[in-house]
Amino acid sequence: MAKKAHVTVTVNGDEYEALCEPGQTLVDLLRNELELTGTKEGCSTGDCGACSVMLDGKLVCSCLVLAMEADGRSVDTIEGMATENNLHPLQRNFLELNGLQCGICTPGILIAARALLERNPDPTETEIRYWLAGNLCRCTGYDKIIRSVMAAAEEMRGA
Amino acid sequence: MTDLRYESPETLDAAVALLAGAGDGGHVLAGGTDVLVLLHSEIIAPKLLVDIKRIPELKGIREEEGGFRVGAATPAMELVDHAKFRAVWPGVIEGVNLIGSVQVKGRASIGGNLCNASPAADSVPPIIAAGALASIVGPGGLREAPVEEIITGPRRTSLKKGEMIVSFRFPKRPPHSGDCYLRLTPRTEMDIAVVGAGVSLTLDDGGVCTAARVSLGAIAPTPLLVKDAADALVGTKVDDAALERMAEACRAACKPISDKRGTKEYRIKTAGVIARRAAETALQRARGN
Repeated sequence: MAKKAHVTVTVNGDEYEALCEPGQTLVDLLRNELELTGTKEGCSTGDCGACSVMLDGKLVCSCLVLAMEADGRSVDTIEGMATENNLHPLQRNFLELNGLQCGICTPGILIAARALLERNPDPTETEIRYWLAGNLCRCTGYDKIIRSVMAAAEEMRGA
Repeated sequence: MTDLRYESPETLDAAVALLAGAGDGGHVLAGGTDVLVLLHSEIIAPKLLVDIKRIPELKGIREEEGGFRVGAATPAMELVDHAKFRAVWPGVIEGVNLIGSVQVKGRASIGGNLCNASPAADSVPPIIAAGALASIVGPGGLREAPVEEIITGPRRTSLKKGEMIVSFRFPKRPPHSGDCYLRLTPRTEMDIAVVGAGVSLTLDDGGVCTAARVSLGAIAPTPLLVKDAADALVGTKVDDAALERMAEACRAACKPISDKRGTKEYRIKTAGVIARRAAETALQRARGN
């Protein structure tokens, strides 16, 4: 049997501990051990971006990180995006401008889009499209996603 | 995978000892963007994963003797975001930027891209063209090897049992130097090269090419350093005739396969075109330095 080990990880500011197997991924830890199911698992090979989270402030696919690699590190997921009473401007604009349909890709796209706006508050449409190239959506055709991000960026610049 | 063990040593010595102790069952884990896919699809079945990302020598970008030393497990995004490295080696960054999505680049490293040993790895041709040297540690101690000597075939490297790459040394750049990497793909993002070409060259004050390196990807079982292509540029002003001789040498060096991305004939023809365009951009950059 694989040797399990304790993993301590800070998710959205709260510390969690779990017993993990060596081959277990971070997305599996989040969803199945910590019951934070906002992060979705799509392809499990880093191609679709549905499992995007921030690991120590860096945008990563949580299917390509081992739970044990996250030991002692900090993770930010979709569950930490809205405050108690307010959606994040990205979330609100996605709702208002129909930036989602089935919603499976949405948490990953929101996390990736927030990471972009943190480094570049005024991205061009092309910059948004390239930044989100690792997030696949089979519903929207992307245009409404791009428009939602641009609208949120504009709102956040004015705020 | 049931008896897999995970270790994250904090020193090179500890990593070397772990790999030596694991024999054939040890596998290095850097960014994991290839290794974890291979692991979970059961293409590899290591008994021990040695995560090298907590070892200081493996991480970060340092200036050294007028050049740069890049830790082999440094995430690609850290290179992309390093303004000084990007200014000196824009062609290397063009290759690194194509490794995958932002998410993948947040983890993937140039050491991993090299050791995964894909013929189409995008960061490898520009790093070969740059003349980078790999520092390798193993049971026999430290050694250094040119990057073009690492990949020996698809998924095969010249690293001996228990060896791993620690860092890459990018040499000091002479004035009037420029590099470029271009690849041909049907899409601009998230695709695998049909052909890739990295060119690095240096001019003298009169605009004559004094040194050049040309490397091609996806046109042979390994990325190639094409000496004849570089020789076609050296001693010229990189004029039309020299560029055409370089393109011809590139076409002559290709030993591609036909697959869903392109036929042999298409790859050979476009290798010349892509190499020529990369050389033209490298030339413009060299003139501007």
